[in-house]
Amino acid sequence: MTLIDLANPTRFLALTARVLPWLAAATVLLLAIGLYQAALAPDDYQQGATVKIMFIHVPNAWLSMFVWGVMSIASLGTLVWRHPLADVAAKAAAPIGAAFTFLALLTGSLWGRPMWGTYWEWDARLTSVLILFLMYLGLMALWRAVDDPSRAARAAAVLTLVGALNLPIIKFSVDWWNTLHQPASVMRMGGSALDKSFLIPLLVMAIAFTLLFVTLHLAAMRNEILRRRVRSLQMMQASRVAFSSEMGAGARGHNASNEVGAA
Amino acid sequence: MIMSLGPYASFIVTSYAAAAVVVAILIGWIVLDYRNQTQRLRELEERGITRRSGRSAMDAS
Repeated sequence: MTLIDLANPTRFLALTARVLPWLAAATVLLLAIGLYQAALAPDDYQQGATVKIMFIHVPNAWLSMFVWGVMSIASLGTLVWRHPLADVAAKAAAPIGAAFTFLALLTGSLWGRPMWGTYWEWDARLTSVLILFLMYLGLMALWRAVDDPSRAARAAAVLTLVGALNLPIIKFSVDWWNTLHQPASVMRMGGSALDKSFLIPLLVMAIAFTLLFVTLHLAAMRNEILRRRVRSLQMMQASRVAFSSEMGAGARGHNASNEVGAA
Repeated sequence: MIMSLGPYASFIVTSYAAAAVVVAILIGWIVLDYRNQTQRLRELEERGITRRSGRSAMDAS
């Protein structure tokens, strides 16, 4: 099976049926390893045990942006290449990305209270991530508001690509504005500032959450393809009913005119 | 275990619990949605509504 074959939804469904159990098993295994390593990680000399929130907060924060990136590439697929699965991928990813963004905000808030003394601060990083969350919700509302999937796909693709401008703002907000949120410490020039005892569990958790996203995304795409099949079959059923009732009315009209003629 | 998390144990435990709950809700929603869609497809096919290709709408699903 080549990559181009995946443009066919039936072949895509066959692939997901084969791949999903393995992906789910790998996700569970890596999550278990990551959580075990996170539990054994030492306390930070400044933050104490609250540093353990990092292992759940940072992967969710990364994924909140990564999922929007995936949706942006899918949107290009919708607008430029008109790939039949591109809008399916974008639509299926939105609720998952919204969930990860919500978790990033919530766990960040729970980390911020003991470390900064406040649950929330309107600083650049927090505000731009909140905007990302609102954009996810807006996109999901847009998908629901437009009944025709192809029209909804084009509108959502434009909104997604415009929203992608927020990603560099989120990433570099801590460098551009000197605010409460700490600067980048994992992915930065000159290497990570984290000790290996924190960095390794963090990377394992990040890979585990990425696998979780891939698994959930493929499963949600499968659901979306099935939903579209249900919709097209329902439309076929409705057109059959309309056709048969039209035929019935035509036959009744024909009989009536015969009767009038006979009279 | 929770005692060893220090004075902020409630913040740490709440973070992990929230992540577990949200991920569980996501998984549950996707599984229920899959069951719902396959059930609706089955009902339509039982009524004789099939794809123009003649294949079952649940092919490879």
